Amino acid sequence: MNFLNQVGAILWKDILTEYRTKDALTSMLIFGLLVILMFHFAFEPDSRETEKFGPGLLWMTFIFAGILGMNRAFATERENDSLQGLMLAPVDWSAIYLGKMLANLVFMLLAESVILFCFALFFNFSLMPRWGWMVTITVLGTLGFASVGTILAAVSMNTRMSDVMLPILLLPIALPVVIGAVESTAAILTDPPGESLTFWIKFLVVFNVIFITLPLLLFDFVLEE
Amino acid sequence: MKLLRVHALSTFIAMLIALYAIFIFAPTERTMGFIGEVQRIFYFHVSSNWTTFLATFCVFLCSILFLLKESREWDIRAAAAAELGVVFGTLGLISGTLWARPVWGIWWTWDARLTSFFLLWLILLAYQMLRRVVDSPAQRGRLSAVFGILAAVDTPIVYMANRWWRTQHPAPVIAGGPGSGLDPRMALTLCITLGAFTLLYVYLWRIRCELERTADVIETLQRQLQTQGMEVR
Repeated sequence: MNFLNQVGAILWKDILTEYRTKDALTSMLIFGLLVILMFHFAFEPDSRETEKFGPGLLWMTFIFAGILGMNRAFATERENDSLQGLMLAPVDWSAIYLGKMLANLVFMLLAESVILFCFALFFNFSLMPRWGWMVTITVLGTLGFASVGTILAAVSMNTRMSDVMLPILLLPIALPVVIGAVESTAAILTDPPGESLTFWIKFLVVFNVIFITLPLLLFDFVLEE
Repeated sequence: MKLLRVHALSTFIAMLIALYAIFIFAPTERTMGFIGEVQRIFYFHVSSNWTTFLATFCVFLCSILFLLKESREWDIRAAAAAELGVVFGTLGLISGTLWARPVWGIWWTWDARLTSFFLLWLILLAYQMLRRVVDSPAQRGRLSAVFGILAAVDTPIVYMANRWWRTQHPAPVIAGGPGSGLDPRMALTLCITLGAFTLLYVYLWRIRCELERTADVIETLQRQLQTQGMEVR
């Protein structure tokens, strides 16, 4: 079994479990919608304010919902010691990281697409003219968030307060993703798109390259017991 | 032990020289008007911040070495450096706000450098917290080393992101192009203070490591006593 097959097997296992339980997706979705509702009451934005604060609000929702999903990623593996089984399997441990990371990415993207749709609907926020850019930015931003999030979820899983530790460790490290994603989302809202758009997209790509390579090198140390 | 005492003495003397240089030798800053004396806090401020960055870099190096060598010694060094990073970072933040208030009229501004320094301080705090919630020492070492490396790589990226995000941050005063620059006496004072703070940092670092090693020894002794059935208070 080559490396890609191993990654695929772990990804498929996670998708199958999620398909049967629907734990992570439902919690992320409901939470995301609740955050949107909270924002409405907290800010009562008119259309100009939505344009100004929209990108920020959207990414805050994505990130808080994402943390909720990440917390589940390794928590489920602890039940019945299934992580032990995964570690004993004849696979490279970095394959476990990549598989888990891709699974997190898929779940987050699914939840985000629904959240984005509801956000546009509730706040009368039109993304349709530039949906191609929006998809690119969402995938890049979420990839960066999932790559850092997966390794830090594995770190916090080994601590006494895993649910609390994940946001404390993850939010500061993921700050560049937030800046890049919010700025590029804001850039596609103007007509024509702001010139900073390509810059921030390049920035996100660089961040992703660094923070996918680094966890691949470090993940072995996190699992080791 | 003798070397440590020499180190302590030299730190003390360097600090005295730095105090003299800051308050008596260095000229008073003129452009800030009657509050020019306030500028003297600059030497403490820059030195504390420099020490915080130095500590973060030490955490980064020691974390890598720990993962490569799996020796407790490097874990102790990384942890001690991170603790000192919090201490000097707090000093840097406090002296910064105290200086900003009379000069800029505000305590805080979301400038690139301020924001990323604040974030670095938060990351160092998170590192402390992480160490407290892992029970097994070997695992604590590995997990905090992984976080330390990720955090150290992240910090410069955050700084650059912040710079590009809001570009109206004040240009650096020292070496910031024509017209900027320090009075030679000020520059000398700054160098002395930086040296004194670095000495102080290394001294505290060594003591902190020594303390941790002693704690390890005590723990081992206690465990030995317990296995022999003795009561340990």
